Amino acid sequence: MRPSIPALRWGHDVIAAALTATRAFRLPNLKLLVGLVIVGVVLFVAVFAPLLAPASPYDQSLSDRMVPPAFMVGGSSQHILGTDGLGRDYASRLIYGARIALMVGAGTALLSGVFGTVLGLIAGYYGGWVDTAVMYLVTVRLSLPLILVALSVVGLVGSALPTIMAVLAMLLWDRFAVVTRTQTQRLRDREFVLLARATGCSDLHILLREILPNLVAALLVVATLEMAHAILLESALSFLGLGVRPPDASWGLMIAEAKDYLLFDPWLINLPGLALFVLVMGLNLLGDGLQPRGRT
Amino acid sequence: MRMTGTFVLRRLALAVAVLLTVSMISFGLLHLSGDLASALAGDQASSQYVEFLRHEYGLDRPLPVQYAAWLGRVLTGDLGRSFYFGQPVTALLRDRLPITMTLGAMALVIALAFAIPAGMLAALRRDTWVDHLLQAIALGGQAMPTFWLGFLLIILFGVQLNWLPISGGTSLQHFIMPALALAAFVMPAFLRITRSEMIDALRADYVRTAHALGHRPVTVLFSHALRNAILPVVSVGAVQAGFMLGGSIVVETVFALQGTGYLAWEAIAQNDYPVVQAVVLTTSAIFVLATLAADLLNAALDPRIALGA
Repeated sequence: MRPSIPALRWGHDVIAAALTATRAFRLPNLKLLVGLVIVGVVLFVAVFAPLLAPASPYDQSLSDRMVPPAFMVGGSSQHILGTDGLGRDYASRLIYGARIALMVGAGTALLSGVFGTVLGLIAGYYGGWVDTAVMYLVTVRLSLPLILVALSVVGLVGSALPTIMAVLAMLLWDRFAVVTRTQTQRLRDREFVLLARATGCSDLHILLREILPNLVAALLVVATLEMAHAILLESALSFLGLGVRPPDASWGLMIAEAKDYLLFDPWLINLPGLALFVLVMGLNLLGDGLQPRGRT
Repeated sequence: MRMTGTFVLRRLALAVAVLLTVSMISFGLLHLSGDLASALAGDQASSQYVEFLRHEYGLDRPLPVQYAAWLGRVLTGDLGRSFYFGQPVTALLRDRLPITMTLGAMALVIALAFAIPAGMLAALRRDTWVDHLLQAIALGGQAMPTFWLGFLLIILFGVQLNWLPISGGTSLQHFIMPALALAAFVMPAFLRITRSEMIDALRADYVRTAHALGHRPVTVLFSHALRNAILPVVSVGAVQAGFMLGGSIVVETVFALQGTGYLAWEAIAQNDYPVVQAVVLTTSAIFVLATLAADLLNAALDPRIALGA
């Protein structure tokens, strides 16, 4: 339906043309592609951080405080993305921040994935009161406010990286459990499972060798989305001052450190903010793209 | 509009059980936080005084006894005293809860006012550029760190345009930016569910029949399709409202809005765990009640739910 106002019609035609061009790729594939590129680049940067970072992310230099990025007025080529309030090279801090984000994301997804998948498998396979108990746990978990509980527990037991991952994992396992349970229920009466049972395989064997391999695709989708979730939560914890500790470089912490300069140097906030946004977007696109094509 | 009694009873029992479990977790949180007697006594207190307090407050009794006593007090509206603020916790909550509720209600209205029409439009124009654009907005909203969005709003509306106050909560204007930031946090879920439910509804037999019977397209869209598509939106709404109460901690901190989120943040930093515990408990209770209300509402609107449960 083309709008009747000429200016709008022009805009409509341009956007429609651009989208027709992208439809050469089918849309889910495009999502997958963009997601893969973004996550791949961030992963590369995180792995090779020591080689890529132009300077140490920790070295302070009080004479070079808040140098703007090279592309702004007053910037210098010595610090491509400028320096922060303590004179630390911002590009290097952003690069090391990618490490923390991906580590927390992957660690949390792995821990919560194992926990949630085990619960989902036994709930879906055995049914009955086991199922009721697991679903009850999911209900309780959902009624606990995420950030609040994560903050208060981290506030109590400290905020070393493994602690942050463990606390987030204890809060993010529910989707793994629900997805695994539904799929297991669907599979448990299929021929290959009945056959395995008839040939005397143990329940453990059936769950791990017969059912679990069929869930890998679905779990991968959940893991990607939960990774994005965990990264956002870590950044929120660090932003609130209870996550990653200074002088480590977490994007959320960098935003917190920069908030006093909001009025005159907003780029100090916008660079880590953009980094977070792009990475989380990449992970979400990847997760959506990996989803089997059905109702989106 | 009939609801079976057993469904209502079972749903109520579940809510009570969840509330009890959550109360145990909140109680555990306070007791994990260290020696309460020394915290009560303060830094300079003698060990005799600490022991005296320990006995006086019943902290030397077994945990289940303490829990029962605590639960009894909570049920009568006594949530203990804040170490840091030196006030009863209920008084603090009474001051701060209206702020968070106002923020949450505004954000919910903004999010729904955008997401429901947008979701319907995306479903009607499925797989056109309108649909893709709206889905891209939902994806972007999902990836947006709430605190960054908050700062972007401050830079735009507070600093560049100078339209809105950037911190505090003394007038309704102060709530506009925080509510926008919080609305962006919950909007994508609403948009996605409205879109997919609407797509299903538009394909359903009753919609085709309604068209065939010659009802006006607008009537079919709103009274047939939307009426059915809206049920899951109500459920998601209740869940998202709960998430919002938790998520408001970030927004309240960015905008220095003195609601329960800000209160919890201050309390955690000060190790003031009676307050933290109370905020966790209240937030969870509101969530449980909201989802309970949504389920009962849905069962009233669609009798099949109660029969299936």
